[in-house]
Amino acid sequence: MRNYANVIAAYSVMLILIILVGIFQSWSIALSILNYCLISAVMTIGANIQWGYAGLINFGIMGYTALGGLAVVLVSVAPVPEAWSVGGLNLLICLFLIFSMVISIRIIIKKYKLLKNKYSIIAGIIILGIILIRFISAPAIEAIEAIDPAKTGFLGGLGLPVLFSWIVGGLFAAGVAFVIGKIALGLRADYLAIATLLIAEIIVSIIKHEDWLSRGVKNVIGLKRPAPYEIDLQNSEWFINLVEKFNSSKLNLVNSVSDYQDILKQLVIDASSVYVKLCFTGLFLIVVIALLILTQRALYSPWGRKMRAIRDNEISAAAMGKNIVKEHLLIFVLGSAIVGLAGAMMVTNDGLFTPGSYRPMRYTFVIWVMVIVGGTGNNFGAILGGFVVWFLWVQAAPISLFLINLFTAHLPETNDLKVHLINSAPYFRFLIIGIGLLFIMRYRPQGILPEKIVKN
Amino acid sequence: MDYINAIILLLNFTILPALTYGSQLALGAIFVTLIYGILRFANFATGDMMSFGTMFAVLLTYYFQSIGLSLGFLPTALLTIPIAIFMMIFYMLIIDKFVFSYYRIKKSPPVQLAMVSVGVMFVTQAIIRIIIGPSDRRFLDGEKFILKATEFKQMTGLNEGLTIKSTQIITIVVTIVVVSIMFWFLNKTKTGTSMRAYSDNEDLALLSGIDPKKVVLITWIIAGILATIGGVLYGLDKSYRPFVYFNNMLPIFAAAIVGGIGNPYGAFLGGYVIAFAEIFLTYAYKKFFGYILPETLEPNSLVQLLSTDYKFAISFSILVIVLLFRPSGIFEGKKI
Repeated sequence: MRNYANVIAAYSVMLILIILVGIFQSWSIALSILNYCLISAVMTIGANIQWGYAGLINFGIMGYTALGGLAVVLVSVAPVPEAWSVGGLNLLICLFLIFSMVISIRIIIKKYKLLKNKYSIIAGIIILGIILIRFISAPAIEAIEAIDPAKTGFLGGLGLPVLFSWIVGGLFAAGVAFVIGKIALGLRADYLAIATLLIAEIIVSIIKHEDWLSRGVKNVIGLKRPAPYEIDLQNSEWFINLVEKFNSSKLNLVNSVSDYQDILKQLVIDASSVYVKLCFTGLFLIVVIALLILTQRALYSPWGRKMRAIRDNEISAAAMGKNIVKEHLLIFVLGSAIVGLAGAMMVTNDGLFTPGSYRPMRYTFVIWVMVIVGGTGNNFGAILGGFVVWFLWVQAAPISLFLINLFTAHLPETNDLKVHLINSAPYFRFLIIGIGLLFIMRYRPQGILPEKIVKN
Repeated sequence: MDYINAIILLLNFTILPALTYGSQLALGAIFVTLIYGILRFANFATGDMMSFGTMFAVLLTYYFQSIGLSLGFLPTALLTIPIAIFMMIFYMLIIDKFVFSYYRIKKSPPVQLAMVSVGVMFVTQAIIRIIIGPSDRRFLDGEKFILKATEFKQMTGLNEGLTIKSTQIITIVVTIVVVSIMFWFLNKTKTGTSMRAYSDNEDLALLSGIDPKKVVLITWIIAGILATIGGVLYGLDKSYRPFVYFNNMLPIFAAAIVGGIGNPYGAFLGGYVIAFAEIFLTYAYKKFFGYILPETLEPNSLVQLLSTDYKFAISFSILVIVLLFRPSGIFEGKKI
């Protein structure tokens, strides 16, 4: 218990902060911050596995998040039968073509190692394949995108339950991470960072521009939810009774019947949004706790020790007979899968998929700040980092607005400097996060909750 | 005649824009590569540092315009560059003193410095947005075109027009001047040689009495000059928007690595490789083939290899291919 004193203290402070938001702003805001904190926590667990356990720098978090989001669309949206009938066959042929291209290139690389003009044959296959694919897919894509472009214009998904898509999101990210890992993991740390950053950008630009697949920048809205809808709750008997019971002391003070009805209606509307968010909080908490237990067990297992050994000294770990390439690939895939899961959770929480919103600032660098601030190599630390940084990210604007007003209190309301500063209050979040990161890196490089090595 | 038309077409829509864009990338790539070679870390604040210098140029341009100062047919921004460079170097030196120097003296691993530069990126972005805001700004004044398409058509009697924007010529000329002065400095002067020595082998350089503080100072000064000029030229040619500058970091990194990171010549050429690849692969060749092929063979489709949406993706794909087959870059940089 004593070992965990600082962990408990840090989490209690965080919990109190969120409760304070609930009391002073509103419970709905507090819960949506908490939900996003939990999603960020899942992302940081993924990034922490890669950076904290194995020392792999992965700046491609944005790409896996977007893939997780894409999985939600492809799994849970109802299929568009007209689109399938006009273009489905052609696209399936293209998929098959890509598949056979990859397999034939693999065969050439594996079996004909000594062939002299190996690379020109591979280049030929790729160029021929791209021309064929364009030739087959172009009319199909045009036809699909022409079908009711305001509403669909894409193939749609499979119409399965949305929770299933969380697993698929993880699998998508894992699959892509496997390919990227095969390509890029041999690179030195900072090259790996740049390469993953750029590859993530490619993934997002594909999702953004292939309208037949994901509707691109036209966004997909009204995704399915694993929680009830507010409007259904507001009309259901049991929920209204529940709200009435909860607020009976407050409602008893009201005398007139019409006032009573109005106040009750308002309370039901507020309570329904809180209830829906609580459902999400419950789901996310289950995921976070399950991941925490798994990662914690992994960290203190022989496998975790092996990863730390590889991280701290690659050469001696290799000398002990550990397969570094394989272990790095495994951990790269595992971490990315968790990030993909988080991406799917986030899109489910929002109820909409907006490929245009995936930007490296928000989805890669902020997540990295979370991991470093929280404590690399310590799962509790990484989760705490997700909470702290997300809380700051959301609350930075109100805090800085308060500070600006405090420091410019002596200036008149129309003062140019004051107006300018108040208008740019939202940008102070970058300043706060950046300075926070620089201070942590300088004075507490191991993070708020440092890594603990348990020796037994 | 048709062949000349085809050549003019390519010149107008691919070669000139690619040369301009390539010059802008090249300046940024040399900036990245110098920092990487001498200070030994990947600077993720590259785009935002360029944006920071450009911000001063934009603000000063507005100020000069308000007091009626101008360069005639040349953009006023050229007049503001020296002051902007001064501010940029001042900012970089402050950042170096309070942030980077600590890790350099401690000999931290490059990854840690890269993470620190992410922190600098956040702070720089915040400062820029607080001072100038995130909106799109144009600050080009003076003569916009050197040659207009209609004038060219009248002059030569060809079907295709050639438009030369003044920013294109300014970009190319300024880049050539700046880069040649820089290469002269690196190769012919004593300070430049000591910088190259420091980049090649730090211990040996220190042993032979090179002052590391001076090398770092000169590096930041050159970096400041390159970043500001690159940023201002890009802003004049397109427009100034902080978010776009942050994104430009990605092709700039690609150019630096493709050219062989740590090697300024490689970075210079890498910028053009990336720019030409991006523009040539996304250009629709329909009209071009219409001129050079007989009528019966004329293509129906756009003859576009990739849609322009994938502009960025091309440079990154080149980067991935280069990293796979020649990890030290096309022009031999530092070993990975």
